[in-house]
Amino acid sequence: MAHAMLNTPVFAVNTPQAFYDRLLAAQPNPTTGKPDPQKMAAFLASHPETVQATKIIQSHPASSGFENSTYYGLNAFWFMDASGRSIPVRWSLAPVQPFAPANTTGPARPDKNYLFDALIAGILQQPLQWHLIITTGQANDPTNDATIPWPDAREQVDVGTLTLDHAESEDTSPCRDINFDPLVLPEGMAPSDDPLPSARSAVYSQSFTRRAGEKKLPSTVTPSEVRK
Amino acid sequence: MSVSVATEQRQFTPLMRLFHWLTAALVLTILGIGVAMVASLADYHRLVSIHRPLGILILIVVVIRFVNRHYSTLPPFPATMSPRERSVAPTSELFLYALLVVQPLVGWGMLSAASYPITLYGSIHLFPILPHNVMLYAVLRRAHTVLAYLLFLTFLAHLGAVLFHTWVMRDGTFSRMAPWKVRAQ
Ligand code: HEM
Repeated sequence: MAHAMLNTPVFAVNTPQAFYDRLLAAQPNPTTGKPDPQKMAAFLASHPETVQATKIIQSHPASSGFENSTYYGLNAFWFMDASGRSIPVRWSLAPVQPFAPANTTGPARPDKNYLFDALIAGILQQPLQWHLIITTGQANDPTNDATIPWPDAREQVDVGTLTLDHAESEDTSPCRDINFDPLVLPEGMAPSDDPLPSARSAVYSQSFTRRAGEKKLPSTVTPSEVRK
Repeated sequence: MSVSVATEQRQFTPLMRLFHWLTAALVLTILGIGVAMVASLADYHRLVSIHRPLGILILIVVVIRFVNRHYSTLPPFPATMSPRERSVAPTSELFLYALLVVQPLVGWGMLSAASYPITLYGSIHLFPILPHNVMLYAVLRRAHTVLAYLLFLTFLAHLGAVLFHTWVMRDGTFSRMAPWKVRAQ
């Protein structure tokens, strides 16, 4: 199973169409180099769920690095037990590394890759760990709307620990040559009625196909950079 | 096989006709699903999940059908068919059979080359038939689209030829494969 997770507790849109429309609204104007605020205002006027979700996202402090951030699965899935009973779930990865807020007031760092460099340095120092937390939904919790958080009181189960003990360059990792498809699921899991994972499958399949036929260039992160 | 049987028989055998219409329905359905799924987002997953087992079903049906054809008595060509048509018709039919076997194998092969799990239903998976190689995947994925077009064009030519004989030459070509029984006039 492959899954992308974000450091925001909800997603900004809840349908593929809204995702597309939001991209168009945020497109920079070629002369000013900035998005047209009127277009974004018009988008938000017809998407109250995005306004709500943006409030939640903005009230959620970003962490200082990749290693101390919580990552959220956002989309809902079904877990089935052996007797055929199923429950809706969402999940997140909670860091063992202590949280520190990002410095959002100082000047921008000149080195664009500092977050990646810090992650590699951190892993080389000691393994990084996250707890995989499954949140179980109840009857009225929306499974088809990634903009709406489930109530805080929902039962959470710590089902395991993810340990990153080394990083890998694209040149030596098996990741480049497989498609990253959020709906390749193990037995006992099924997609929900959330329309986003299917759209992601479709788009990732298309981009994987295009990349597959390209000449492969050496990875920007070289194998020696990620080794001790 | 006696000559008298061969000349009296005007239709393909009931089993051959059943296979024919079953294949036609399955192939037109999968072509439709194939085109719809690569153009859809929210329905992509549902459609591709139907597409894979349907394609494998077609492979199985076509192989059985081909073997059955080999052991069946075919009705003679209608008298209205020119010698040229008589030589082209079996070749074009063979071409259709070949496409219907190669296309699902390419689908299966391309997913193998991309190292996808080849899910048919639930936990039922097919084994890979090719090694993991994304360049190979890229070529086969392209071929899957080209073969689909070729299949559709061949189907149109096949339909056109039958309709031309049935409506313009009025030689009852359609009744040879009609799903119902047609008595000799
Ligand atoms: C007679 C059998 C088949 C026919 C006529 C057929 C037809 C098609 C068509 C028309 C498309 C869309 C092509 C495009 O526009 O790019 C397609 C895509 C596809 N087919 Fe098939 N197919 C067949 C069998 C199979 C089989 C057996 C498999 C796998 C086991 C398969 C897997 C796929 C996949 C995964 C895609 C889309 C991949 C993507 O997202 O790019 N097909 N097929």
